[in-house]
Formats: sequence, structure tokens, C-alpha cells
Amino acid sequence: MNALFIAALLLVLLGLSYQMGWSRSKKLAAAEGESMHSRPVYHGAFVAIWALLPALVVFGLWALFARSASDNYIISQLPPETSSLAQGEVTSAIQRVKSIASGFGVVGQADPVEAKAAEAYNQFRTLITLGVLAAAAGMGLLGLLWARSRIAKRFRARNEVELAIRIGLIACSAIAILTTLGIALSLIADALQFFSFVQPLDFFFGTSWNPRFQSTGSDAVGEYGLLPLLWGTIMVSGIAMLVAIPVGLMSAIYLSQYADYRVRNVVKPIIEVLAGIPTIVYGFFALVTVGPFLSSAGDLIGIDIRATSALTAGVVMGIMIIPFISSLSEDILHQVPNAMRDGSLGLGATKSETIVNVLVPAALPGIVGAVLLATSRAIGETMIVVLAAGNSPVLRLNPAEPVSTVTVTIVNQLTGDADFTSPQSLVAFALGLTLFAMTLLLNVVALYIVRRFREQYE
Amino acid sequence: MDIVQDKTAETAKSTPAPGTSDPGKRIRVSTRDVSVFYGEKQAMFDVSIDIPDRSVTSFIGPSGCGKSTFLRCINRMNDTIDGCRVSGVVELDGEDINRPDLDVVELRARVGMVFQKPNPFPKTIYQNVAYGPRIHGMTKNKAELDEIVVSSLQRAGLFEEVKDRLDQPGTGLSGGQQQRLCIARAIATRPEVLLMDEPCSALDPIATAIIEELIDELRENFTIVIVTHSMQQAARVSQKTAFFHLGKLIETGDTEQIFTNPKEQKTQDYITGRFG
Ligand SMILES: Nc1ncnc2c1ncn2[C@@H]1O[C@H](COP(=O)(O)OP(=O)(O)OP(=O)(O)O)[C@@H](O)[C@H]1O
Ligand SMILES: [Mg+2]
Repeated sequence: MNALFIAALLLVLLGLSYQMGWSRSKKLAAAEGESMHSRPVYHGAFVAIWALLPALVVFGLWALFARSASDNYIISQLPPETSSLAQGEVTSAIQRVKSIASGFGVVGQADPVEAKAAEAYNQFRTLITLGVLAAAAGMGLLGLLWARSRIAKRFRARNEVELAIRIGLIACSAIAILTTLGIALSLIADALQFFSFVQPLDFFFGTSWNPRFQSTGSDAVGEYGLLPLLWGTIMVSGIAMLVAIPVGLMSAIYLSQYADYRVRNVVKPIIEVLAGIPTIVYGFFALVTVGPFLSSAGDLIGIDIRATSALTAGVVMGIMIIPFISSLSEDILHQVPNAMRDGSLGLGATKSETIVNVLVPAALPGIVGAVLLATSRAIGETMIVVLAAGNSPVLRLNPAEPVSTVTVTIVNQLTGDADFTSPQSLVAFALGLTLFAMTLLLNVVALYIVRRFREQYE
Repeated sequence: MDIVQDKTAETAKSTPAPGTSDPGKRIRVSTRDVSVFYGEKQAMFDVSIDIPDRSVTSFIGPSGCGKSTFLRCINRMNDTIDGCRVSGVVELDGEDINRPDLDVVELRARVGMVFQKPNPFPKTIYQNVAYGPRIHGMTKNKAELDEIVVSSLQRAGLFEEVKDRLDQPGTGLSGGQQQRLCIARAIATRPEVLLMDEPCSALDPIATAIIEELIDELRENFTIVIVTHSMQQAARVSQKTAFFHLGKLIETGDTEQIFTNPKEQKTQDYITGRFG
């Protein structure tokens, strides 16, 4: 209900302010008989921005402080000794009142004091909501009037709107960056807690993974060596990229340079369908088809390949990733100007010479980006590995043997009744942080490659 | 045709002075009833023309009349355009170049092209010019390649400006410099026929003079076709001129005759600036 009110208020404010700015500008233009600096749409947009902004700020402040304000209010309604209770008990007391207030009911009988507090809290909430709505509307109107008063013949509304657009764009990019930072920080806190149980050295350089080991009567909490998992991840995604990069790139080159446009229009969507198949289905495919096939193929040439192994998971993951690389690279190759291709063909180069010498270098930054995206996908992929890699966290060099990966282990550690104070669960955060750092590193490397390339060619 | 071939041997050695024509010259490129379609739309209508060896032929005509389109028929660059279809016969040295078993790659090495829009590769200046010689394996060692690169740049009148930055990207040059880079790139492969699509459109008078000198020099050994919007340039550099209008070849003949005594009213109107 609140959300509806807020949306309605903002919409009304938007329409009203735009209309007022627009009509005032029109009127001024008509009265002066001369052309204004900016067209009426810009004046309308300018007034609308200044009407919405203060209202949004009010709502934003409310969102920030609403919780602590209502908590404080509830405490003030409860008997004074409540606030001297332990932190957890205060929180649960507040929670009980809120539940009663919203009508969900609580465990056990509601105390009369609690019931009264709940009722008061409901009133408080209604009051505050109305107050905030009124404040937002008031601030919005003030902004509206102020902005409207600034409209004049030489007023540069167009430039102001441009500035607002720019700030809006910056804010959006900031959200992406802040989210990334936030994710990293939330991981770090829990990961640090994990490192209070296990030495970082033992984690990062340990070669043995056995978290369930709990020797009775001693402090030992198990072995948390990262290396077997890391190696598993690297091996599986490495095999996947070995499959996906050549196949994906080649098919992209075929589609963009050799195929008739009619062929391309049919084939490209089909390849993209591959990307839409849920990964768990790829998991079945690996388990039921590819694994046994690789195993019997290995028998034929005298190599012992296990049905669930790094190889099986890697190959199937590679197939899953092909469309990422081929589709993105095809788009990028297609964007290389035809004049470039013609220049090379016109000098008597063959198609393949043209592709190797001109098209691929020109498209390289984009191709690196596509490969990088695909690699990140491979590193983060979980379902295929759960089913097809054998889930065996042992450090083995042979890709034909079962392995386990970082992602699978995170799932293992967090499923079941996870207790977020034990190292068995907390290790998941350290693992997540490691994954995060890995993909970050990959990005940096790719950025470096792209930059080097740019210096060379553009 | 027979008479023409008989004369081949003797005319190949002599080079007539600029501006004069030699009716007995060997025919290098010859087209018969060439029509070009972009999808459903017809852009060229039954063009038949003979282009003599060791001379310069200029194509003139209003914008959009099909000069570039026709030029691309001669080295089959129209193949690279989706939906473009060419009918009729185009012969190079008496050989049909649209034959299915013809080696297009070799054809384009023999018939070089300077495109209307400069299109340097996103590589260094050196690599741009060395591109053709490298893929055709024209040189035995680096020194020979260096020699080709330097002399091509010199002949295109660009060397002095870029000699200190051969390792800088060709795309970083100015428009006119890029145009000369593309000319240097085209002559570095030593084509027998050179198709130049408005090679001086972005050049100042001095650079234009250098390119015209180059064309004069190349004419001694090669066949040159140049598209130009400058009547003076056509008159200065070419021995034969062809006038196109709305996809049709209106008139072709010796440059002197076209500019002093055109047979067609349309040609007359165009060269005197009454339309186009
Ligand atoms: N790739 C293409 N697809 C479709 N139509 C084309 C294409 N290229 C050229 N045309 C059409 O063919 C006609 C001839 O074009 P062309 O480029 O040969 O003209 P032009 O004589 O070279 O003109 P300009 O002097 O402006 O360069 C024009 O009507 C043009 O619209
Ligand atoms: Mg043209």
C-alpha cells in the first residue's frame, strides 16, 4: 500500500512539474515573441527533475532511518527493563511486537504490554507514513516552484538537463561498482572469521581437503587445503576453454566471413539455443552420455578414463560455453568495417589471410572480452561439475580422474544445516572470496592484453 | 580484334607522349554488355568499353552514376557485396575474369585497387605498405622489404612526412595522408592494372601533383584507370576518357576529343558544368 502511494505521488509530481515547466516556457516564448534558449521540453524536464529530486531524497532518508526509528519507538513503549536485556533478546522482543502489529501472530500468548505496544506502533507507523508522504510532497512542490521561477528567456535548461543526465549515468555506474565492493566486503568479514580457526597459510597452500574430520578431544577442526579444489577448478575450466575457444572462434569466423547470410540467419539462433539450455541438463548429458562415451573411447586406446572426471565435466562445460564465444565473437567480427576487409582482399589476400591478418587483430579486444566472459562462466559453473566431475577433493594431476571444484565445495559446505559460526560453513566464504579474486585477476589480465593490443594498432 | 592482337608486339615497346592516342594500342581490359544489379536494383546498364594497355583511362560522371561500381567489376570486388550480381563479359588480356575456375586472389594481385574511401589497416604504417609484398612472398629478406616500403612511400609522396614514424599506426594519419598511404600500399604489390577511385579527393595541389607524376610514371609499364571528379585532372593525366551517366556509358574516346569535341550533348553539358 505504501509503495503504491509513493509511486502515485511521484507520478503526479512528475506529470504536474513537467506540465508546469513546459507551459510556462511556452507562455514566456509567446509573450516575448523571441526564441528561448531552450525548447519547452527541456524546461519541463528541468522542473520535473527539481520536483522529483527533493521528494526522492525524503524517501531515501526515510528508508535509511525507518528501521532504527521504529525499533526505538517500540522499545520506548515496552517496560523500561527491556532495554537493559541482552542484544539478542531486545531484538526478539521488538520482532514479537512487530509480528503482533502486522497480524501474523506470535508463538505463545501475546503479553498485554506487547499488545498495547503493537497497537501504539501501528498508529506510529501510520502517522510516520503520512508525515513522510506529506514531507516528500511538500519538498517536491518547493523544488517545483523554485525551478519554475528560474525559467527565463536566456535560462539554459537544455544544459542543466544534460548535466542531470550525466549525473544520473554516473550514479548508475557507481551502483555497479558499489555492489561489487559490497559483495567483496560481505565476503571478507566472514572469511576473516574463518581465518580465526584456520591459518591462512594452511588454507591457501594446504594440499589436503577434509573439513569433516573432527578428532574428538582435540582442537582440530579439519583440514582446509585450498589447492585440490583450486586445481580442480583450473583443470575443469581449462579443459572447457580448450574445447570452447577453438570451436567457438572458428564457428564465429565461418558464420561471419564464409557463410551465406541465409545460412547465418538460420545457424546463429540455433547455436544460441545451446546457451539457453539449463546447466543441470548439461549435467545429465555429461553423466549419461559423454562420461560413458569418453570412458569407452579411452578403453579403445588403452587409457583409463573414469566416467565422472575432470575431462567429462570440462568437455561438457566447453560445449555449454561455445555459444558465448561464437555468438559474441561473430557480432564483433561482423562489426569490423567492410572497407578493412576489402582493402585486404583488394591487395590479393585470400579470405583466411584477411581473417588472420586484419579481421581478428581488429576484433581482438572484443574477442578477448568474449573469451573472458566465457572463462568467468566456466569458473563459476557448478551444476555440470556436481554431476560429472566425481566430487573428489583430492589433488590429482590426471584429468581422467575425478576432481572437485571450488564452487561444488561451496555448495557442499552450505547445504544441510549450516551453522554460520563453525569453520565448516565459514570456509565457504573464504572459498567465495578466492573465486572472486580469481575472476578479478582474470579481468585485470584481459584488460592488460587489450590495452597492449590497442597501443600496437590504434 | 585480330588486327589489334597483331599489333601487340610492336606497340608494347613504344610509349606515346601524354595526351596523344595510339589507336593501335593493345587492349588490356575489355568489357561487353556489363550490367550490375544491387539486389533488384540495376546500377549499370550494358557497359562495353576497351581499356588500352600502358595508358591512363579516366572515368568521369556525376556522383552516383556507377563509376565505382564499374571499377569494382574489373577486379571482381563486387563479389564481396551481398546481393550484388554482375552480368556480361569482363576480359583481362582476353581472359574472362568471371570464369568459375579463375583464381580471384591472383586476379586481384594483378589488378590492384585504391579505394574511394581511404581504408588503412589498424596496423603500423610500415605494416600497411608491407602487407601485400608479405602475403605474396615478393621479397627474400627484410632489406628488400624495407626497400619496397620506402620506395612505395616515396613514390606516393608520403615518405618525407612519415619517415620518423613508420612504426606508428596508419589509422593515426590525416585523411590525405591515409589516402597516399593506401596508394603506396597498392603500388607496393606491383599490380599490372591499377584501379584508382578518386585517389586525390582529399589532397592539396602539391600532393595531387605528386600523385599525377606517379600516375604518369606508372603508365610506362602498367594500365591505369582513374575515377575523378576533376575535369582538369582527367585532362592532365589521361589519354582516354569515359563519361558515365545514370549507370550508362554515354561516350568514350580520346581525352582530347572528349574535352574539345564531344559527340554527345550530355557529355558536352557535363564537362562545361551545366549539370552533374
Ligand atoms: N553496396 C551497394 N548496395 C546497393 N546499392 C549500391 C551499392 N553501392 C552503390 N550502389 C548504388 O549504385 C549506384 C552507383 O554507385 P557508385 O558508388 O558506383 O557511384 P559513383 O559513380 O562511384 O559515385 P561517386 O562519384 O559519388 O563515388 C548508386 O545509385 C548507388 O546508390
Ligand atoms: Mg564512387
